[in-house]
This record gives sequence, C-alpha cells and structure tokens, in this order.
Amino acid sequence: MRKIVGLILWLVLVAFLVWGMQLIHPFGYPDASTMDDYMIEKAQAETGSNNVVTSVVFDYRGFDTLGEATILFTAVTGVLLLLRTLRRKKESS
Amino acid sequence: MLSKIVRTVTNEFMPVIIVFGLYIIAHGHLTPGGGFQGGAVIVSGVVMLLVAFNHQEVKKVLRERLLSIMESTGALIFIGLAFAGIGTAFFHNLLVGSPIFGRIPATGPNPGDIWTGGVIPLMNFAVGLKVAAGLTAVVLALALFSSGEEIEE
Repeated sequence: MRKIVGLILWLVLVAFLVWGMQLIHPFGYPDASTMDDYMIEKAQAETGSNNVVTSVVFDYRGFDTLGEATILFTAVTGVLLLLRTLRRKKESS
Repeated sequence: MLSKIVRTVTNEFMPVIIVFGLYIIAHGHLTPGGGFQGGAVIVSGVVMLLVAFNHQEVKKVLRERLLSIMESTGALIFIGLAFAGIGTAFFHNLLVGSPIFGRIPATGPNPGDIWTGGVIPLMNFAVGLKVAAGLTAVVLALALFSSGEEIEE
C-alpha cells in the first residue's frame, strides 16, 4: 500500500517537474533582463565598487547578506551552546 | 601531535595563509572574494593548526571569550554600517563621494583602485572578522568536544 502511494506521489512530482520544465525559456536564450543591464552600467557610478558582484551582494541586496550573517551567527551560537550543555550533562550524571 | 615535518610546514605556511585571507578580505570590492571567503581562508589555517598540533596547544592561544567578542563586534559593525544610511534607505551606501573610500571609478574595466567602494570595504572587513572568529570558535569547540574537553572561557 505504501509503495503504491509512494509511486503515485512520485509520478505526480515527475509530471509537475516536466510541466514546469516546459515553461522555462529555452536553454541558451535567457530572458531579456533590464535589471542586469542596469547593474552592469550603473553599479560602478552608484556604489563606487569596481567589483559589480560585491556591489550587488553588499549594497543592492544587502538584506540577503544580513540574512547570511544572521544564519552564521545563529549556527555559531547553537554549536557553542549545544556542546557546552552536553558537556555539563556528562559531568553531572 | 603530528611529525616534525608537518609542524614545520604548518609554521611556515600559517602567516602566508593569514595574509592571503586578509588580502581577499581587503580586496573584496576589487577582485572576486570578500568577507565570507577571506574569513573561510583564515579559518582553514586554524584547521591546519588543529591538525598539525594538539588541540591543547591551540587552546592556549585562542579563548572562546575573545572569539565571541570578535564575532559580535563584526556583526555590530555590519549592522551599524547598514543603519548608517537609513536617512535614505536601509543599506544605503552613504560613503560614496566622501573622503573615506569615496573615489568613484570610471565605468568599465579599470585596474585596482583600493580607495573606492564607500561602505563596501568596511562591511567586508566586518564580515571577515565575524566569519573568521565565528568559524574558528565552531571548529575549536568541535575539536575539543570530540576529545572530551571543555572549551576555555
């Protein structure tokens, strides 16, 4: 029974992915994007950074970098808290 | 502790790795790289120290308190620089055109002019400090925990 349900779910997923594949633009012909043209032309004048990628990461999409930094901070805090708590439990028991 | 050959090579290479990491952090607004990548390079040097020497030797040098303070300082500088431009928008680059890192390069490819980028180099330094200190704390805590020792306060 579980195998049949799994097979049906798998088929639904495959059909969904194939349907989604056909909606993507053809390979090698990306959509015309005004956003990257804007950044390539204006990034150096607006942010003063010669590296356009860094100007995107730290200026235009700074919120994304803030999220990355928060993730790293949470991970470090979690690791230190967890290892210390485990150590303390081992000592008390 | 590994053999003398490994320890000698580690001693010779450690400054080179740290300088390379600092170079990647400092030139984040000119060449590929930045705070995250340069911090990870520095942490790879710390991992090499942990492999070559005993963790007891490394524990004498690196304190968890100091690493925590460094990481929090980096995060605070980063958020402070983001809030500094809140007169216009969050993450507004207010140092462009100012005397500090304010030179505006010509559009198009030009060779490295390090005095550019506004707040971006400062943010790179903050993020580099944060990543290096945070990942060093994680690596050190894992190494000490796997050997059954407490991390030094």
